[in-house]
Amino acid sequence: MAPTDAHRAIDAVWRIEAPRLIGALARIVRDVGVAEDLAQDALVAALQQWPHEGIPRNPGAWLMAAAKHRAIDVFRRSKRLDEKHAEIGRGLAAEQNRIPDFDSGLDDDMGDDLLRLVFISCHPVLSTEARVALTLRLLGGLTTDEIARAFLVPEPTIAQRIVRAKRTLTKERVAFDVPRGADLEARLSSVLGVIYLVFNEGYTATAGDDWMRPSLCEDASRLGRILAELTPNEADVHGLVALMEIQASRLRARVDESGRPILLPDQNRALWDRLLIRRGLEGIERAERLGVARGPYLLQASIAACHARALEAGQTDWTRILSLYDELARVSPSPVIALNRAVAVGMASGPQAGLGALDVLRDNQALRTYHLLPSVRGDLLVKLGRLDEARGEFERAASLTRNARERELLLERGRRQS
Amino acid sequence: MRFLCLYKPGQESTGAPTQQEMDAMGALIGEMSQAGVFIQTEGCQPSAKGARVRINGGQFTVVDGPFAEAKELVGGMAVIQVQSKAEAIEWTKRFLAVVGRGESEIRQLHEMPAPE
Repeated sequence: MAPTDAHRAIDAVWRIEAPRLIGALARIVRDVGVAEDLAQDALVAALQQWPHEGIPRNPGAWLMAAAKHRAIDVFRRSKRLDEKHAEIGRGLAAEQNRIPDFDSGLDDDMGDDLLRLVFISCHPVLSTEARVALTLRLLGGLTTDEIARAFLVPEPTIAQRIVRAKRTLTKERVAFDVPRGADLEARLSSVLGVIYLVFNEGYTATAGDDWMRPSLCEDASRLGRILAELTPNEADVHGLVALMEIQASRLRARVDESGRPILLPDQNRALWDRLLIRRGLEGIERAERLGVARGPYLLQASIAACHARALEAGQTDWTRILSLYDELARVSPSPVIALNRAVAVGMASGPQAGLGALDVLRDNQALRTYHLLPSVRGDLLVKLGRLDEARGEFERAASLTRNARERELLLERGRRQS
Repeated sequence: MRFLCLYKPGQESTGAPTQQEMDAMGALIGEMSQAGVFIQTEGCQPSAKGARVRINGGQFTVVDGPFAEAKELVGGMAVIQVQSKAEAIEWTKRFLAVVGRGESEIRQLHEMPAPE
């Protein structure tokens, strides 16, 4: 193998094995930062040996063994070594001041280790930004550079965010645990929030030149599928995965050749990905079979499914969508959901009724700078033939979005109303 | 990015898989699911139940199975979502290690919009 091929192969193995490896190490040394350092050391060892010796048959076990040797080595010499290593030593020493039991390494608890890693990465002591960065890094297998490019921020900012997050987890002595009972719901909701935030940043980027960044949607879907495997009895986890699958099924219909957005009613539905739709519908069924009250993600998935089932925009069951929005507004009230509900009111009961539902929100502080409020209002006004007012709304919406593609689309729609 | 993995066992499928083979495959699919890469998989029945349909100069020919050239026989397919071709290759190696013979052709599927 040429060196670059070998390194590419090692990188792939690494990305597959890293989450489980870091999870197992974090359980043993009880510190995520230390665990990641040890895993990195194992990667360095692999990069030295594998290009010559070939990739071992069980690379996960090899990497675990390498991390173990490294940890024991560091533990024994921790008093004499530099700060990073001393830190590793402290982490290890925290466990009854002896070398931890690495032989319990990669065992049947692998799923639990991963789940603990998910929960700690999305822990409430961390800022939302830190949760996102740490989750993509530890579970999504993204490099800091890849995360930085995805969120359009400088690489050092992400690197520092991750370092600080790991330090916070150590300082706050956050347990490497799966939450139980009442705690579980709140913690799970944080995890789902982080994953959906990543997805949405890919689906409709809040800033930048591209309307969508599909690789972020893929990362989020992947994280969601991992979580659904780990928590098969959580209905809203299946709900979120289904929601992402169905939304992602429209990715290729959502832009034209030059990258301009195409909105839902105008999309060529033949381009929708039927495989993802099928997976989404199956996810909804799986969630509903669990027989619990529908949570916010399952409800949103059910709304998305109404669109997915309609072969033409005109066949959309807006009455059902409106009743799902009513339920969603009760379960998880928010200004954005109220805004989406107003769209459904407009489709189910006519633009005048939609405008009525929308105008209740006009003074809502949370929506004051949200571009979709004037954009939706513009749509309704067009349908009512109030074109001058509509133009004003589209222009206002264009001035509020930070996404270049979306701004073009809104300005264009404004120009058309004359 | 998504890959279609076409498995060519190099010979006609010989009856149902053993319990041991099914367990090993189940474990691999579990691992792939837990890594979030698994999208879909299907296995093919013997080629005697299939046919090859061709068009040439506007004329169709239909050749019923079984097919003679074992090398080209498709045994099954999977669709996986991964971050790189190298990752798709790695999962394919793990699949081939379980089945123990044959080859897999892996093909990246069109994505639209095209990835940046």
